[in-house]
Amino acid sequence: MTEATAPIRARAAGAGWLAKLEGRISWILLGLAGLLLPLLDDSYIGVIAQRAYIYWVLSAGLNLVVGYAGQIAIGWVSMLTLGAYTTAALAAGNVGTPWPPYLALLASGVIGAVFGVIVGLPALRLRTFYFAMTTLGFATIVTQVALAWKDVTGGGVGTPGPTFPWPFDPGWGFYYFCFVLAALATWMTANIGASRYGRALVAIRDAEVAAEACGISKPALLMMVFLLAGALGGIAGGLFASLQSYITPDAFTFEMSVLFFIGILIGGRGSILGPALGTLILTVLPEFAAPLVQWSTFLYAALLLLIVLVIPGGIADLLDYKNRRPVPQPELLGRVLGTQGGNTLITLSGIELHFGGVRAIDGLDLEIRAGEVHGLIGPNGSGKTTTLNVISGYYRPQAGALRIDGADLAFEQPHVRAQWRIARTFQTPRLVGAASVLENVMIGGTVHGHGTFAESMLSLPRHRLDERVLEEAAMLALSSVGLESLAKVRADRLQHSELRFVEIARALMLRPACLMLDEPAAGLSAEEIRRLGGLIKAISRGGTAVLLVEHHADLIFDICDRVTVLNLGKVLAAGTPAEIRSHREVVSAYLGA
Amino acid sequence: MFQSIVSYGLAVGAVYALIGITYNVMFSASRVFSFTAGMLGMLGGVLGALFINKLGMNAVLGFVLVLACGAVLGLVTEILTVRPVLKSIEQHLYVLSTLAFALMVQQVTAIEWGTEAQPFPPLVPVGEGWLDQKFWLPLLACAVTIGGLELLYRKTLIGRAFLAIAEDSYAARALGLPETRLRMASFALAGVIGTLAGFTGAQMLLAFFGNQSILNFYGFVPVALGGMGSNRGAVIGGLALGLFQQAANFLVGGIFAAVAVFAVFIVVLLLRPEGLAGAATARRV
Repeated sequence: MTEATAPIRARAAGAGWLAKLEGRISWILLGLAGLLLPLLDDSYIGVIAQRAYIYWVLSAGLNLVVGYAGQIAIGWVSMLTLGAYTTAALAAGNVGTPWPPYLALLASGVIGAVFGVIVGLPALRLRTFYFAMTTLGFATIVTQVALAWKDVTGGGVGTPGPTFPWPFDPGWGFYYFCFVLAALATWMTANIGASRYGRALVAIRDAEVAAEACGISKPALLMMVFLLAGALGGIAGGLFASLQSYITPDAFTFEMSVLFFIGILIGGRGSILGPALGTLILTVLPEFAAPLVQWSTFLYAALLLLIVLVIPGGIADLLDYKNRRPVPQPELLGRVLGTQGGNTLITLSGIELHFGGVRAIDGLDLEIRAGEVHGLIGPNGSGKTTTLNVISGYYRPQAGALRIDGADLAFEQPHVRAQWRIARTFQTPRLVGAASVLENVMIGGTVHGHGTFAESMLSLPRHRLDERVLEEAAMLALSSVGLESLAKVRADRLQHSELRFVEIARALMLRPACLMLDEPAAGLSAEEIRRLGGLIKAISRGGTAVLLVEHHADLIFDICDRVTVLNLGKVLAAGTPAEIRSHREVVSAYLGA
Repeated sequence: MFQSIVSYGLAVGAVYALIGITYNVMFSASRVFSFTAGMLGMLGGVLGALFINKLGMNAVLGFVLVLACGAVLGLVTEILTVRPVLKSIEQHLYVLSTLAFALMVQQVTAIEWGTEAQPFPPLVPVGEGWLDQKFWLPLLACAVTIGGLELLYRKTLIGRAFLAIAEDSYAARALGLPETRLRMASFALAGVIGTLAGFTGAQMLLAFFGNQSILNFYGFVPVALGGMGSNRGAVIGGLALGLFQQAANFLVGGIFAAVAVFAVFIVVLLLRPEGLAGAATARRV
């Protein structure tokens, strides 16, 4: 903590403290209500509450998949089915000798985890619709198998659910079992949600390309989330089987998936408390509206349609009313970037990239040196952004090599660039609209964390240290670009020019050895361009190699140490700004007389 | 046994193929995969049984009415669930809006029609074995649909306009094509094809509200195998899926059939996400 950021942090902490307490109070009240419910001594209410807890155990995991990662898992009821049959079949001895029920419950968690990953596999590579279809197909197939595999599942007749022995025997013992597991699921998923993994998930949801540039590997992260969500679903299934005391395939309708789904959507994406309340309300509501029970699924579906059409972000979207006053601020770059040996050298040699017959880059050589601002200019379609994309690893050129300090960089692996401390911004800012500015910037530091997924889940010390360090660094980065007062504002409330500076702050979180800026001045006013120029220059003087793609000739000639002019994927000219300015071909082709 | 595998497999496969084409027709016009495809298939059977069995209509009249209902539902789908979310297609909200609409229709069906599978009337009272209507009718419907679409797309101006929209909707709009009207027409056409699939396959699949989710998934598998938007791929994939499923059902049992189809689906998606016959996708940055 430094004197410059202290007042800012204090102010932010003041607002955050209240929000935190609000969140905590709701949880404490919910917990107390749950703990004291048995005092009513009403077994009917007890059963409804147990069902709500069980649904929430599943929904808590699903919330990470749907609410955070934005994957449309519409058939997650399959995990409930799978878990229920696993626990029931193992405990009843339909497969070999009967297992102890607690062990069988554990097994259903494992089975759920395995199938959560299998069902999730297409989501790692493909567009969202395929994943939605896979979960739907899996739900269909699990039911078909449950009907056909009579030896194990009892077919259409069904099989008895397990009875847990003391201390969690049927009645209030089992009630507390469900309660504790629901609380545990809440705690673990809330920890993930507030960790760098949670932010990375949201980044995958709303700004996937930028997430990769920040070093977030979508497959690895989603795999862990599917594992967790599957395991929670399986365990919920085991509990469900015990609650139902007798299970048939009819008990697991696809409509239950809709209930889980809407509970999360109503509560709002990227929240834990909201979906928890949503699930609770949706479970309890039909009990008080008996004549409507027949129509409940219809109403859920209608509600889903309404939410999607009217408030796609969920109710949480409506609650963001924070204000802001942008205040420009001088640089604190020295501390943001740290002290680093500024001698990185990135070389591109003989890069050739074709899209079909189009030669986007046609034999490009380029050197980007530490401590220098290297301008890349040229007419539209000359391959500037494509060059950035090659360096970022989005494209694989047909020929040529890309080296950093002599080491070869693999292509088509955007997420490993962050480890080499290569950061970038995008032509159109790619930010997570629903997250705060601070969170957006913290995403940029994801690779600097040390804690594992499990540590975050259990909120162990290393996770908390990560969070503190990341937040401080992000505040510092924001101050350096002059946006610290907007830290808590939702990113989609920012003006265009502010988004450009947020992207730079996010890139700075990597303490970049190389920073690539793709038309950062586009859409900025003259005053903002002047500030931007000063910022870029200061960044490069700190030892960072800056590659600047830009159309504003004045900015280029003002701050660049060297300039390369591209035309049709080839180098038309290269040299100092003064040389370029007097280069005959460049002047006639591009700059104008 | 061989005969029943082939006849039954091809017939079911033809229904899957038609549902796949239903997905494709909607997808080409809007880049939207709509979960209403299975709903249309389910309704083809239920409405057919309702009009002809319950209300005692003439078979031809009932058939035409069913297709008309399909067209109307297609239009409703477009207006209610697709057009409002097209702006933000990146968020894939159409998955939820079309699914919600399909579920609403399914629930109304379950409540008003009942949750029991009900028989569908025989329309052409001739033939046994191979000649049984339930085997050749879906195949005939599939052949007519493919032929009709081929004629529409290749020989008529409106068909070419469909293709132009499918290829590049921006460019098509720049040329002055009425994109919205063409999209509505596509959804109506998809409604007709989907209910045709359900109607012709209903003797085999019965008039049953639960067919919706089954057709939604098994109708999509051929699209995934054959590549999005490829009708030829959908037909080959659909017939192959039907044959494979029936063969596995008879020879190894239903569990294996279901699991194997799902496994193949996932593996194909992972290895060739663009489909067995499709082309690779474009840039993201």
